[in-house]
Amino acid sequence: MLFFVEQSLNGLQLGITLFLMSAGLTLVFGIMRVINLAHGSFYMIGAYCGATTMAATGSFLLAIGAALIGAALAGMVVEVLVLRVLYRREHLDQVLATFGLILFCNELTRIIWGRQPLFMDVPPWLGGSIELLPGLIYPIYRLAVIGVGVAVALFLWFLFSRTRLGMQIRAGAENREMIGALGVNIRLLYTLVFGLGAMLAGLAGVMAGPIMAVESGMGEDILILTFVVIVIGGIGSIRGAVVGALLVGVVDTMGRVFLPSLFRIVFSNAYADSVAASLASMAIYLLMAAILIWRPRGLFPAHS
Amino acid sequence: MKTTITILLTVAIMAVGQAAVAEPVKIGMITTLSTKAGYLGEEIRDGFQLAIEQEGGTLGGIPVELLVEDDGRKPEKGIQIAERFRTRDGAKIFTGIVFSNVAMAVVPKLVREDVVYLSANAGPSKLAGDGCSPNYFSVSYQNDNLDEVVGQYVSDAGHKNVYLLAPNYPAGKDHLAGFKRYYDGEIVAEVYTKLGQADYAAEIAAIRAAEPEAVFFFLPGGMGINFLKQYAQAGLNETIPVYGPAFSFDERILGAVGAAALGVKNGSQWTHDLDNPANIQFVEAFRAKYGRTPTLYASQGYDTARLIGSGLAAVGGDLSDLEPFKAALSAADFDSVRGNFAFGANRHPIQDLYIREVVQTEDGTFTNQTLEKVFSNHVDAYAESCPQ
Amino acid sequence: MHITRERLIVYGGVLFFALLPPVASFFGEHYLISLFTRAMIYALAAVSLDLLLGYGKMISLGHAAFVGIGAYVVGIMFFHAADDSLLFGFIGGSENALVVWPAAVLVSAMGALVIGALSLRTSGMHFIMITLAFAQMLFYFAVGLETYGGDDGLPMWNRNRLAGLDLADKLHFYYVCFFLMSVFIFCCTRLVRSRFGLVLRGASTNTRRIRALGVHDVSYKLVCFVIAGAGAGLAGALLANQSEFVSPGLLHWGLSGELMVMVLLGGLGTLFGPVLGAVLFLLLEEFLAIYTEHWMVYFGPVLIIVVLTTKRGIYGLLVGGGGNRGG
Repeated sequence: MLFFVEQSLNGLQLGITLFLMSAGLTLVFGIMRVINLAHGSFYMIGAYCGATTMAATGSFLLAIGAALIGAALAGMVVEVLVLRVLYRREHLDQVLATFGLILFCNELTRIIWGRQPLFMDVPPWLGGSIELLPGLIYPIYRLAVIGVGVAVALFLWFLFSRTRLGMQIRAGAENREMIGALGVNIRLLYTLVFGLGAMLAGLAGVMAGPIMAVESGMGEDILILTFVVIVIGGIGSIRGAVVGALLVGVVDTMGRVFLPSLFRIVFSNAYADSVAASLASMAIYLLMAAILIWRPRGLFPAHS
Repeated sequence: MKTTITILLTVAIMAVGQAAVAEPVKIGMITTLSTKAGYLGEEIRDGFQLAIEQEGGTLGGIPVELLVEDDGRKPEKGIQIAERFRTRDGAKIFTGIVFSNVAMAVVPKLVREDVVYLSANAGPSKLAGDGCSPNYFSVSYQNDNLDEVVGQYVSDAGHKNVYLLAPNYPAGKDHLAGFKRYYDGEIVAEVYTKLGQADYAAEIAAIRAAEPEAVFFFLPGGMGINFLKQYAQAGLNETIPVYGPAFSFDERILGAVGAAALGVKNGSQWTHDLDNPANIQFVEAFRAKYGRTPTLYASQGYDTARLIGSGLAAVGGDLSDLEPFKAALSAADFDSVRGNFAFGANRHPIQDLYIREVVQTEDGTFTNQTLEKVFSNHVDAYAESCPQ
Repeated sequence: MHITRERLIVYGGVLFFALLPPVASFFGEHYLISLFTRAMIYALAAVSLDLLLGYGKMISLGHAAFVGIGAYVVGIMFFHAADDSLLFGFIGGSENALVVWPAAVLVSAMGALVIGALSLRTSGMHFIMITLAFAQMLFYFAVGLETYGGDDGLPMWNRNRLAGLDLADKLHFYYVCFFLMSVFIFCCTRLVRSRFGLVLRGASTNTRRIRALGVHDVSYKLVCFVIAGAGAGLAGALLANQSEFVSPGLLHWGLSGELMVMVLLGGLGTLFGPVLGAVLFLLLEEFLAIYTEHWMVYFGPVLIIVVLTTKRGIYGLLVGGGGNRGG
């Protein structure tokens, strides 16, 4: 039972990281209708800026700050230089141009930081583990990641339902011409939203830094998962991103943990392990295909 | 279309022009410089180039030209590059492939031609056993070697049971098989994870629940970094020791893992602190040129270059008939940075294997220190099945 | 019909491909023959993708799945022929191109039928992602295929046999690929000009009107998806023969992305453009890499600039504004 609770926490934590990524991407798609494959690059930029700052100053908080600023700046530059031209183009052009951006960003980090992965550690004040329940020991840092994710979700909810900027963004998503006619600077608004999305990706990146390898190309693995999340949740819907992220996090974790023992009931051990490992890798894609076949626009379609 | 033709003709003419002045012996290095694993190829190349530079652009006194190209870890691309090096550049000596899957795609086909391939890293079992070829030499190891030495060491250390972890692909299974060949205790579980997996929280929780006496893992590159960091964060490194082959503990990975790897014992055929004259000058020269401590991959690249040098010197650079060159290579008449080095009947190394430990130096960096020699003149398990 | 710039380019292209081997041999550049063989195989796959992207307006990010299926059919049949074992207990292996290539096309087409039928329930961004999801599933499935090498891939010891020809011979194989590519493109040009093509284009530009005419547009799209899958399967079979090797890398989304790049670089909805795109892509990859190991830092921006500045890729530039075809 404790084992199950612990694995659920792991699933939750993976889901939260995915949420940070998907919130930005789903915003950008929902509001500007632009597919951004380079979203993973902002994740990577966040991690690299964070790791570099932490190595130089030793402060995790400064690292987070650097990651947020670095990713947001990169996002806004990309928006102004590349994406702005693409808003009225087809999805296909957007896919291709942002694919080019991925190649560029990955190679550029290799040129700047070299080919080897960077080092980033958990700050001492978040190190160690805590006994949540008798017998259930959990790393404090992972709890902190969960906390940050929840805080971001609350912040986004507040931003969209309680502030003027949030209302403008929502209105812009509904009717671009109307909001422009009302005197809102749509261009600036888009740049800000894109920067916000990139910043959230950068936050996800710097939070992942102490747990995972900071390396060139780290964005692509999580990018695919992020797309799975927003498609399951319904594109453009923050609520969908929350549900989709948790679903993917939990299904992926549980599949990895429990499928082998399930298969061992039926097959020999070696065969069961091998089949279960393959199936666990496919689990989230099966989930996504099943959900889309059942509800072709995802669980919470934003625009009906 | 016109421009394409012009480009092609220009390229063609340039190539013809080059062929006319061709003098030095060409060595084709197909290696991985991009992708996450790009630093592996960089190490091999840098080690190899160091040897050439130390001899002023020659190996064994024969001028050489090193052609390096990135295979992007894609087998198809490796095949393509090999073909270009062979047919367009006329290279007869090949080396550099980092990954076994690329090697298995490129090497069997390549060595059917009149060329020599010297592996500076990948050593898949097939090429050591029934798929061996007189044109194929492994200067590095047979893949399982570094696991076998750990298996023996973990047995000797008295761990009665072990938990095994590797990615779900053939190399993962091979490496665990290598470990099991020399480990005589009980296997608690054999877990295969997704290739390229980033988060190991679930597996670590399972390890905690299983309470093994030790953990053996083969997770190369970023996967190993993720696992080690997360394992230490879960606090398990203080209670359940981990072991692994050197692939997760080279000096560049250690820089990214930091204290999480401290004290971990791993198996290798080489460490920078090995006390022999060839090694001492190599490590010193490498540090002076590149400003970092060489990894085992760099040592393999360096050894490969020096071995080629010994072969070229023996035949005076004449590669029109490869037989004398191959005979000279088989003799392995060079000062290996590993000290003890000879080829077995399947042209794979017979060498000493060590256990080393991750330590922190005075200046705060993390590195390996040789702990003990476990095997002397170790022969790989597949040598017997190589037909002579 | 009078000679337009477009026809000039197409005939020039045919001539170029037909004459390349003797010219390359004359200059001693035999290597170019195999490079262009590869380019033609990729071109075949890219043209099939152009059917989807340019005419059916179905943006698939999982086209590599069908290339992979085709390649694995050839690889697996070869594997069973080599050790004389049976697939599923009753299908014997084969090295005969006349058996395994059609089999590869058929299996890919069936795969496309299933994946297409399920994916076409969605549209837009969801369609992009669901095709990607299916391709990823197949990718991990191939990684888990232990008997056939898993992630290491499956080497073939030689190419397939084709009556009267020696496929191991560079020239023979080159012209076989040239023939198949030309036939496929020819069929595609017929197809898109037929009633089928008109309905397809109508369905993607004005779904409501087409539906009002009582046409079931989804089934047209599905047929298009299956044909594209079959073309990709053929490309996969040829690719397996070219490299004498099959690996899960052929199913990876990176390849889907590259094929998409070839289509857009060459010219979307032009059928001939993707051939140009494939050739250019491989040449750039090949020769930029010789001059700089950081070639991607240049290649990425090139892609962006092509997208931002051209409407129908390189082909569009060559043909000029007038020569209009396709979508």
